[in-house]
Amino acid sequence: MSMDRRQFLKIAGISSILGFGASAANATHPMWVNDLSPQQVDKNKEALVAKRWAMVVDMSKFKTEDDFKKVFDACHLTHNVPDFRKEDGSVDKKREVKWIWKAAYERTFPGQENKYMSEHIKDMPFIVACNHCDNPPCVRVCPTKATYKLPDGITMQDMHRCIGCRFCMAACPYGARSFNWVDPRTAQNLKTKLPNREYPTRTKGVVEKCTFCTERLAVGKMPACVDAAPKGGLLFGDLEDPNSEVRQIVTSKLTIRRKSELGTGPAMYYIVGGSDHA
Amino acid sequence: MKLYDGGKILIGLAVFLAFALFPFYNNFGKVNAKPEPKTDTPTILEFEKQNGKKECVEPKEFMRAEHMVLINNWRDSVVRDYNRGYTSNASHKRFNMSLQNGCMACHSNKKKFCDECHNYLAVKPFCWDCHIAPEEKEEAKS
Repeated sequence: MSMDRRQFLKIAGISSILGFGASAANATHPMWVNDLSPQQVDKNKEALVAKRWAMVVDMSKFKTEDDFKKVFDACHLTHNVPDFRKEDGSVDKKREVKWIWKAAYERTFPGQENKYMSEHIKDMPFIVACNHCDNPPCVRVCPTKATYKLPDGITMQDMHRCIGCRFCMAACPYGARSFNWVDPRTAQNLKTKLPNREYPTRTKGVVEKCTFCTERLAVGKMPACVDAAPKGGLLFGDLEDPNSEVRQIVTSKLTIRRKSELGTGPAMYYIVGGSDHA
Repeated sequence: MKLYDGGKILIGLAVFLAFALFPFYNNFGKVNAKPEPKTDTPTILEFEKQNGKKECVEPKEFMRAEHMVLINNWRDSVVRDYNRGYTSNASHKRFNMSLQNGCMACHSNKKKFCDECHNYLAVKPFCWDCHIAPEEKEEAKS
């Protein structure tokens, strides 16, 4: 079929009008519009709010094995964190998922150890979790923006968007993230009964970590670990508020942060050593 | 015109059609049970008793057509913007924006409510891979 210039332009013109029409119709389709108006949604009145959430960890308050266990259990039971065990009862390191755990001094503060430091501190286990960095490498590398910063400093993740690429795990200098290699509901502690029916589990193929209990802050509660810790062991508050307890401790005492030389700006402050009242 | 190997071809054709059309004649004339999602959980009945009517977050027609869009929007609002409350366009009441603790607090009958239509339409939303469905008693299979 041959066509002259005039015919060609007519057809091209009509097609482009139809094409634009189609895209306009697409744009108004409700599936692609977030039609919650800002007036329709609000935060809970009882929610705890801050400019910058931070935690102070005072290891001197943790005296017995039980003090640690209470904290880890509180967190992991609140969030239905799977506990994968081998047949002999030891932790299955290949599938382990953890939000908060303990690490040795040289793992917590690498480069800070020296030959003559007290055995007490060298052997002391430290409570570690996600540091909710100011400048989190995990957020920078996430290809789907599944992990992101909330305005109050919490490094949060959207499990719906996680594609399980594990870039964030490679990027995190603290090893704070765990991957679900298998369906977490197959773990012994979740198989028969889920510890908290008000909080979801995760699914196979997503990365998870501590969230500073955003779901508890939203209803006016402190993070689960803070509530379960011995008095003063874990303190949680607004670092930007000059009157908050965490700010006063960080200002008045010597605290150290994990690998702060990397420039990530961690928000977990550690009081190391000293007496009970240090 | 002569059909070579006509017998074999016709038998083959008949067998093929019998297989290919099986789904059609097998279901012909049968009435498919229409999905009837049940809204008769104790919480909803109690609400009806006190208010004289059943009422969801938004009107029934809207929920039927758009619940997945609404829930998607809720999710983004909760996980990204820290919001927890949703004020209805219709009733101006405030609701907890949560699938597990909001929707399912009333609709505690996932099998007779969610699955009823989803199974009929063969859609498999993956909500329940993570979110925990309400505990339901296993019904005896009749």
